[in-house]
Amino acid sequence: MASLIAILDVKGKSLIQRSYRDDVPPSYIERFLPLVLDMEEENVQVTPCFSDDGINYMHIRHNNLYLLALSKRNTNAAEIIFFLHRLCSVLTEYFKELEEESIRDNFVIIYELLDEMMDFGFPQTTESKILQEYITQESHKLESQARPPMAVTNAVSWRSEGIRYRKNEVFLDVVESINLLVNASGNVVRSEILGAVKMKCYLSGMPELRLGLNDKVMFESTGRASRGKAIEMEDVKFHQCVRLSRFENDRTISFIPPDGEFELMSYRLSQSVKPLVWVEASVESHRGSRVEYMVKVRGQFKRRSTANNVEIFVPVPDDADSPKFRASVGSVVYAPEKSAFVWKIKQLGGGRDYIMRAHFGLPSVRNEELDKRAPITVKFEIPYFTVSGIQVRYLKIVEKSGYRELPWVRYISQNGDDYVLRTITDAKTSTIVAPL
Amino acid sequence: MSVAPPRKGENYELRQQLNSEYREKRADAIKRVIANHTIGKDCSGLFPDVVKNMQTDDLEQKKLVYLYLMNYAKTQPELVILAVNTFVKDTADPNPLVRALAIRTMSVLRTEKTLDYLASPLSKCLRDENPYVRKTAALCVAKVFDLKPELCVEYGFIDTLRDLVGDGNPMVVANAITALSDIHEASLRISETPESAVDEDGNPTTPPTSAKPNAHLFLIDPPTLSKLLVALNECSEWGRIAILNTLATYKAVDTEESEQICERVMPQFQHNNAAVVLGAVKVIMVHIKGVQREDLLKIITRKMAPPLVTLISSPPEVQWVALRNINLLLQKRPDILANEMRVFFCKYNDPPYVKVEKLDIMVRLASDKNVDTLLGELKEYASEVDVDFVRKAVRAMGQVAIKIESAAERCVGVLMELIETRVSYVVQEAVIVIKDIFRKYPHSYEAVIPTLCANLEELDEPEAKASLIWIIGEYAEKIENADELLGHFLDAFKEESYQVQLQTLTAIVKLFLKKPDSAQGIVQKVLQAATKDCDSPDVRDRAYIYWRLLSSDPAAAKSVVLSVRPPISLPQTTVSPAILEELLGEISSLASVYHKPAATFIGKGRLGAEEMAKRATDVEEEVSREKALQTVMAGQQAENLLDFDDEPSTPAASASTSRPATDRGLISTQQIASVTKSTNPLDELMDLFSTASMAVPSQPAGVPAAAMGSGGMGGMGGMGMDLMSPPSASPVAGQSAQQGQGQKKADDDLLGLF
Repeated sequence: MASLIAILDVKGKSLIQRSYRDDVPPSYIERFLPLVLDMEEENVQVTPCFSDDGINYMHIRHNNLYLLALSKRNTNAAEIIFFLHRLCSVLTEYFKELEEESIRDNFVIIYELLDEMMDFGFPQTTESKILQEYITQESHKLESQARPPMAVTNAVSWRSEGIRYRKNEVFLDVVESINLLVNASGNVVRSEILGAVKMKCYLSGMPELRLGLNDKVMFESTGRASRGKAIEMEDVKFHQCVRLSRFENDRTISFIPPDGEFELMSYRLSQSVKPLVWVEASVESHRGSRVEYMVKVRGQFKRRSTANNVEIFVPVPDDADSPKFRASVGSVVYAPEKSAFVWKIKQLGGGRDYIMRAHFGLPSVRNEELDKRAPITVKFEIPYFTVSGIQVRYLKIVEKSGYRELPWVRYISQNGDDYVLRTITDAKTSTIVAPL
Repeated sequence: MSVAPPRKGENYELRQQLNSEYREKRADAIKRVIANHTIGKDCSGLFPDVVKNMQTDDLEQKKLVYLYLMNYAKTQPELVILAVNTFVKDTADPNPLVRALAIRTMSVLRTEKTLDYLASPLSKCLRDENPYVRKTAALCVAKVFDLKPELCVEYGFIDTLRDLVGDGNPMVVANAITALSDIHEASLRISETPESAVDEDGNPTTPPTSAKPNAHLFLIDPPTLSKLLVALNECSEWGRIAILNTLATYKAVDTEESEQICERVMPQFQHNNAAVVLGAVKVIMVHIKGVQREDLLKIITRKMAPPLVTLISSPPEVQWVALRNINLLLQKRPDILANEMRVFFCKYNDPPYVKVEKLDIMVRLASDKNVDTLLGELKEYASEVDVDFVRKAVRAMGQVAIKIESAAERCVGVLMELIETRVSYVVQEAVIVIKDIFRKYPHSYEAVIPTLCANLEELDEPEAKASLIWIIGEYAEKIENADELLGHFLDAFKEESYQVQLQTLTAIVKLFLKKPDSAQGIVQKVLQAATKDCDSPDVRDRAYIYWRLLSSDPAAAKSVVLSVRPPISLPQTTVSPAILEELLGEISSLASVYHKPAATFIGKGRLGAEEMAKRATDVEEEVSREKALQTVMAGQQAENLLDFDDEPSTPAASASTSRPATDRGLISTQQIASVTKSTNPLDELMDLFSTASMAVPSQPAGVPAAAMGSGGMGGMGGMGMDLMSPPSASPVAGQSAQQGQGQKKADDDLLGLF
């Protein structure tokens, strides 16, 4: 429950606000940023929820904005914080970018959305596709007044009736993101696979879908001898369209899909993964004059696969300047704003390895601060391949009109948000040569 | 043009446009009014002109006028009446969107006059054929109750709501539930406040007719329960949260029902909304107590871990809320995530508040099996740039060492490596941590003392200094140049902080008792300095006590100053067991995020002794349970006092450690609470120790408060601080100990002294 929702700019000024209950006066919005600054000053951790003078402040950050909810009660914090994230994504879908300017340009529609998404402080409809059906940028004229789509209140609140496509198609993308952490001695300390099955549904009517995966638990429970590999998903999360109780009973994934693009499910496997793209760097640092890097990259996957758009971020000291690069493949750019250089390789073949060298100047007067020990991070995409070996066995579609449809399936593996290698080693402890 | 007051300015222009004969112009003007309102300009003067535009077929324009009304109705209560007619008409519009909009807006105008006109359209809308209107109307009942509870009773809206719980549409069910719980909560507040609060509008209303049915406003009976369980699977994510919240407050009749609830709620773990997952965890934690089937219990424990782990991949703010709740869960059931420590490893880009929480959880999950990995990871954190985080990582190492005996040696090894880095704040933190390790494993790692003493010069923080001095005093007999080292601190005695002064004083006395021959001079000097030049009464008093003890009975002095203290241990929980139980029933709420009961931060944010007493007499059953817990707690407290160890497990101390510094003021509240909690059975005992119990909690409360400014620690970070105080408090505690154990001789001596 939230008494008030506001979007603030970076200076803590309210850009737009909507008060749902009278128990928290809007003047408390102005207190938010000063409180945050006070806490920072006093070296107190600023957390997403805090309480002051009987008022609870719950906030998230998005770009340069604060989305803030206030409440006087012992509110469900998880619900409100999650709602603020939803609000963010709905507004982003409406305006492409959620920033000060897009808010100023769209007061009216944001008010409408705030009213529709939350009533008396309780979240209502946050499905942006459904909202878009009756809250639009064009004003409605007499002849075609908007009505609440059935979907708002239906049991199937994510799909409207009467959808028609001439060609019925379904696209399935299985995307696996790999998060891993390699320590300085080259061992994988932690790894996990975050998988997602994304769908693009262009189907008429109210189709019933059933998705079959090579799910180990299901194979075991049905006593079916698994041909090939079966995978054990540790935790599965579904879009609200999937019937959870059905999955609980017999692991069947059955659902009526929303129209268009959505994420059907996500899963997690914590099986150990070896780094698909291996990177190591050795640094030779000459304090007060220059620093040199040698970076090695290796594609540790099957020869017939390729990793696309590989980007390797190697951290450098904040005050490094005059970069020089030499790479056997790809291109290198210096990104001073990130204190790193980026080695971009369009295509990295399996089993191949490459080397690049970088040279930076350092100011002779060193700033006192310690070197940041940031790790190397890597971005990549490997198509036609999943690390876990997950497979879509079938996608059955049942609709009364009995049309034919074309399901397409695509697999892809890529880096997660946290693909990190701490493999930066000192080439040798350099001695400072005293200038003559 | 007629005579309009100011004939210039923006509002004048807008007024003209609002009265324009062209529709486009009017629509445009309304938009500008709203825009002006948004940027904070006052547009109340335009009220009549805006309201004129209410009757329109353009839905967007209608919405804008409604929006204007919501914001300005209160400023123009006289004029609102102009709008009522249109509102009532709109609630009968053929378009359900308009009907819902009208009833929704009308119920938030918050003026007495419109409320009376609202009743009949609302009862119509509650029975509307369109579910969208019904679900909107359901919440309107809660809004009306907030303004005028009598009206709801008079028109039977609450009964209608109860009927809506059985509605065929899941969204309507969810909102009916939401409204009922909201009304329930509101009515509790009304019955709590004195009667005068009800007639806030100035009208002497009849004593609240609503007060009577309050207690039974919203009780779920078994048939409703099964309706809810069915609706749970069909409703939108937010509806599910509402239902789960309600299920958590339901008291199951028997085991079978508890088991049924758990079984039906478990599938919700698979939902991708974090709040639904946490809501499901809450319901399970509440109802698992009634579950008896072994297999079901096993399944629940097994199925709870994966969704919790997945929450760690959410956006940082959601992650943090989840982490705080996981931290709480682990205090009750440390086993659920026993094998999952790695997922809590900090990412380089995690926001600081997430990192701190993860550190705490990692320490909780540390065990023989994973301690090596954990230490490697902590060592890595200790080389990061964020000073605060680095300190906490070092502190975590100490906690691991104290928690797992077999790992202590490795921890000390890593800490020594860190000291060799010579990074000032790392060294200081490491010294503090090693002091704690000595307190847990006395006489085990004496070999590191020379290295520590070598860093003497580099310490500039009081806590680190005090720690090192304590170590020197404790091992004075084994450190050859102890007098020299302590002399170094004695030279600067006057400039040091009290904390350091106290430690120097005690350490030198220890040294004297251990090596009477060589330390005669130095002890004289320190007693002189402490009694003459020091302006802290604590330091002076302690010096006087030592002085008299030493001069009258050195043997007694020895048994007081050099008494063996029991080893410290890492507390399992950061809150007392009774509060932990309460918080677990509120998982995902702010209370469980802050780790403190709701009563401490809502309302005035203070919980007086009176209120505490009132709460205690609430329900019979609750009381007996709480009393049992209180007895246990009071027992612990008393035990601790007997042990002369003010471990953070005493409620007051634990409260002060777990509390973020923002509400430092609350510490006192908590103390009041903890004092009131120590009920009858142990009162006498408490009385006996009242002096000691006053002295002991005041120490830890004061120390973190002072340190907070510089250290800025929350959660477990405060631990070390509290651990600091026992040596300083030991003389006082020592006295009471003598009494407690009945060592009459020393006792008499002491009393004789005074």
